[in-house]
Amino acid sequence: MSLSLGDRREAIALSRRGFMITVGAAGAVFALTSPAQAADTYAPTIWYVIDKAGIVTVHVIRAEMGQHVGTAIARIVADELEADWSKVKIDHVDSDPKWGLMMTGASWSVWQSYPLYSQAAAAGRIALVGAGAKLLGVSEDKCVARKGAVIAGRRSISYGEIVARGELAGQWSAEDLAKMPIKKAADRRLIGKPAPARDVPGKTDGTAVYGIDAKVPDMLYGRPVLPPTRYGSQVVTIDETAARQVPGYVNAIALQDPSGTVPGWVMVYAESFAAADKAAKRLKVTWKGAAASRKVSEADLQDRARDLIADRRAGSLVVDDPGVDAAFRSARSTHEATYSTATALHMQLEPVNALAFEKDGVFEIHTGNQWQSLVLPWLAKALERKEETIVMRTYLLGGGFGRRLNGDYAVAAALASKALKGRPVKMVMTRADDTRFDSPRSPSVQTVRMAFGEGGRVTAMDHAACAGWPTQAMASFFMPKGDNGVAYDPFAISGADHWYNVGAQRVRAISNDLANRTFRPGWLRSVGPGWTNWAVESFMDEAAEKAGVDPLAFRLRMLDAAGRNAGSAPNSVGGARRQAAVLQRVATKAGWGKPLPANTGLGLATTFGQERTMPTWVACAARVKVDPATGAGRVEKLTLVADAGTIVSPDGALAQMEGAALWVLSLALFEGSEFVNGQVKDTNLDTYTPLRMADVPALEIEFVRSNEAPVGLGEPATTVVGPAIGNAIYRAVGARVRHLPIRPAAVKAAMQA
Amino acid sequence: MTTFKLNGREVTVQSPADTPLLWTIRDELGLTGTKYGCGIAQCGVCTVHIDGQALRACVTPTGAVAGKAVTTIEGLHSKGAHPLQKAWIAAEAPQCGYCQSGQIMQAAALLKSKPRPTDAEIDAAMNGNLCRCMAYVRIKQAIKLAAAPARARKRVKA
Repeated sequence: MSLSLGDRREAIALSRRGFMITVGAAGAVFALTSPAQAADTYAPTIWYVIDKAGIVTVHVIRAEMGQHVGTAIARIVADELEADWSKVKIDHVDSDPKWGLMMTGASWSVWQSYPLYSQAAAAGRIALVGAGAKLLGVSEDKCVARKGAVIAGRRSISYGEIVARGELAGQWSAEDLAKMPIKKAADRRLIGKPAPARDVPGKTDGTAVYGIDAKVPDMLYGRPVLPPTRYGSQVVTIDETAARQVPGYVNAIALQDPSGTVPGWVMVYAESFAAADKAAKRLKVTWKGAAASRKVSEADLQDRARDLIADRRAGSLVVDDPGVDAAFRSARSTHEATYSTATALHMQLEPVNALAFEKDGVFEIHTGNQWQSLVLPWLAKALERKEETIVMRTYLLGGGFGRRLNGDYAVAAALASKALKGRPVKMVMTRADDTRFDSPRSPSVQTVRMAFGEGGRVTAMDHAACAGWPTQAMASFFMPKGDNGVAYDPFAISGADHWYNVGAQRVRAISNDLANRTFRPGWLRSVGPGWTNWAVESFMDEAAEKAGVDPLAFRLRMLDAAGRNAGSAPNSVGGARRQAAVLQRVATKAGWGKPLPANTGLGLATTFGQERTMPTWVACAARVKVDPATGAGRVEKLTLVADAGTIVSPDGALAQMEGAALWVLSLALFEGSEFVNGQVKDTNLDTYTPLRMADVPALEIEFVRSNEAPVGLGEPATTVVGPAIGNAIYRAVGARVRHLPIRPAAVKAAMQA
Repeated sequence: MTTFKLNGREVTVQSPADTPLLWTIRDELGLTGTKYGCGIAQCGVCTVHIDGQALRACVTPTGAVAGKAVTTIEGLHSKGAHPLQKAWIAAEAPQCGYCQSGQIMQAAALLKSKPRPTDAEIDAAMNGNLCRCMAYVRIKQAIKLAAAPARARKRVKA
């Protein structure tokens, strides 16, 4: 299903680019340039610069939100360039059309950067060796590049000196660059080796600067007063009487938004945030409109999803093999189950915020953001000015998790400044406001069916999934079409297109129109795989039982790497065979099949991580102890095995796996909210209660050693832990839970069922 | 006006007495290492020391610290080299890092009262500090690393 997306991304990486070196006063700029391609969104791009002192500055377009992504990408460049790591600097760049797509998410960063930056670095190394050889008066084949210098026997010349001598020249065509030889895995000197993450020290002494820390002289503070609904509310009256009594209060303005991003928002301005906050609480605003949205409940959203699933004509056919219905008709037996997940919140600890002002004809937005390329057109529309006159300055993100893919807050801040003729305004959302207008993970409903033939053989699988679609709400240009011509949100269905050989397969993705109208569905870490795999992997255990087969053996039999599951170069070499390997490994590590204490169960789950085109093979075994009196489950241990191909930063990779595993344990047992009267019920951390230190289970994580293409690690662990816990609960006490989050009462009820 | 000691230096601030200390520190005094997370003392990212005690600046009125000594992450150690800060770097504890000032301040108060805390004591002391990246494994590891005598550190790290 996401083949079209993958193809598109490879085109992004390689198409129509020339590679050339120009020597300027600042140093050698190794640039990928696009020859006269006005329609191409992926315009001239510059990935790194070497200066005369030999400092290599790597331009990183990815947001730093805890992945240590700058370090990983800079290590890729430094390794291939044979740079001196101590002379490598990381620059998290501001928005500029020359960078092309600026987006940080979907576990894409290392996967997409690896070929691009490696090839750019290889070209640079070749140029430096050529120029270095000339300066040393030897032939190129007598030279090697090491640690930022070209070396011929006992003589050497540093990269900085080569740059200073101005001897660099050369040009590569797109074809040359695509064929640019990259070092063999055995020759890697930095990739896969430990190195301290560069962003860490500043995060221990208060010097790290996040969006909320941005400041400029003469700025006002803004706190928005939010309308009762995301869409359709219009301001009727604003009563400032009480607000005026707050010292430092300036005024309040209903934002005028031609982009429709923040309809009905009122901005309260004050000399300090504390005053803006206080005044906002005293401001009296009335709105009209959106009466229907004000009544929507979680049950309404789930009911709408169930109705749409029942309508066989609804939705997009993402996978539509011939013979599905025939297989069900001729099946010896079938199994069907329906799964659901509740509304879930990001709760990134830094509430969204932005500082905006106009300076020298340019509108500057200072904020942490994950998808600048998405929000810039919104800003242009909102501010009624050209994108070229807007720049987003980059800051650290106090948590992303997908919340900051939606840059609505940047629009609000920009409009707040525009209303004051470009005066600097720093808008900070309170925690409750941030949460009320979070782009939450939509509630979802999924129905899965399986047909069995002779001897319990699986002959067909039919999976229908319905949820609010973030990509439809915010980035519809990213939506491919299914076999029936209906567009779908690829991120909201990924996972259902699994690597199991199930015979004839159908995957139907359905947009929940009521959800889309009621709130702005968000991308929450892993997006669809966070719910699709809850269904797929819970169902696999149920189906195995139905077929009378051990759940491990049942899965392994279907992970046969046949047909479309064989995998292909470069990203999925080995296909489902690699998924089978991580599953087998995790089962062995966790002691699958060994006796466990009473009311304790071991549950398995395995997925391909985030996307079929860049599979990170991952498997989890969760050991859960259930208190039969209350139904409360305690996760005692999580064992995870991942095959993400080449691991660029081993410690960063481990940190992502640790955090992601706990993140989704938290979602599975400790989080979850609901819509009440058109709004999320929980707006702060008193009632929305993510996992804390005392609830952390034992963790055992292993990576498969591999030299295959590096893929992603920010999300894969989030796709397996939930169903592994659900399966463990079933094996502990026989309670099959089909709703996330798993509450003790639901376990208790299922035990008695 | 309120006068208090901030990181060892006497300051007098204009913020009204009912302004949460958090905003006085961040916006008036310009020290942004102390963060805003929830505003209701549930997440701990605003943790500072007031007369040596780890407290939440988001619910502490500025007027309440008159004459007291307030220490923020910037004042924990002049060079950012408090044993906890060194351990935090060694363990690569931070991910997004937003909660880490609060985590470190909370842990510093813990180690002052209990230089060799048990696992349970660490859990109890740190449970009010949320880490949304869920970097708890390393936060705990870093606390143990800082608490352990030098010769035992290698073992703790392994």
